[in-house]
Amino acid sequence: MSSIKIRTKRLNNQTQIRTLITHPMENGRNRDKQNQLIPAHHIQELWVEHNQTKIINCNMAGSISKNPYFDFLLNGGNSGDEITISWNDNLGNTDTNTSIIK
Amino acid sequence: MLESRRKFIKNLLSITAYAFTASSGLIYSSWAQAQWLKERFKATTYDELLKQYFPDIEFISSQKIKFSRLPRTAENGAIVPIKITSTIKNIEKISILVEKNPHPLIAEFFLSPVMEPSVSARIKMAESSDVIVIIEAEGKFYRQSKYVKVTIGGCGG
Repeated sequence: MSSIKIRTKRLNNQTQIRTLITHPMENGRNRDKQNQLIPAHHIQELWVEHNQTKIINCNMAGSISKNPYFDFLLNGGNSGDEITISWNDNLGNTDTNTSIIK
Repeated sequence: MLESRRKFIKNLLSITAYAFTASSGLIYSSWAQAQWLKERFKATTYDELLKQYFPDIEFISSQKIKFSRLPRTAENGAIVPIKITSTIKNIEKISILVEKNPHPLIAEFFLSPVMEPSVSARIKMAESSDVIVIIEAEGKFYRQSKYVKVTIGGCGG
């Protein structure tokens, strides 16, 4: 099961790309019930590919909300095209997922 | 890509000098962002961020940057929705900043020319503050901001 949900929608000549990612996005400033600092654990880079061509690159840190949501608008995109979204985080974890445009 | 904290701090001193010279170059237009470039996300004040990463930049205040979904008052500072659209041509980079956050740089988006200048996200705000968008296009820097009142801060600490 991927942490990355992708929804694409074709509208006129554009494709809306929406993603919801499961990730704690801890900024390293929160404390747990024992008042210990919860270490920073957040996505650092997120990138989107359209048929294996990178179209978006994002850098971020712990100030993006937990379980990040992003949406983008691609000029173009045809039925059957692949949209791949990937991320890596500050602890070396990584994930990727691909969705086919309907 | 495993990054050990101790190794990172050890390397920090040796790469700091390189980082300062390189960050003033055309790094913004490069897909390959070296690990140490993430330093700008650690800047703790908006002024420090401007001084280090946008030195001597004349920002153009632009009506061509629109905020939507960003509320006037955010009940929950942990999840503040924002959508940025712009009619500026040939955008290379869109940055979101929150002036009064402990780490003001929130996110950077590099969009290829096939992308419509439109990004949405959900951000954390520590307190009532200006939310600032900086757009870099063809060597020029455009800026627009909107003040958001925050009822319950969302940055912990």
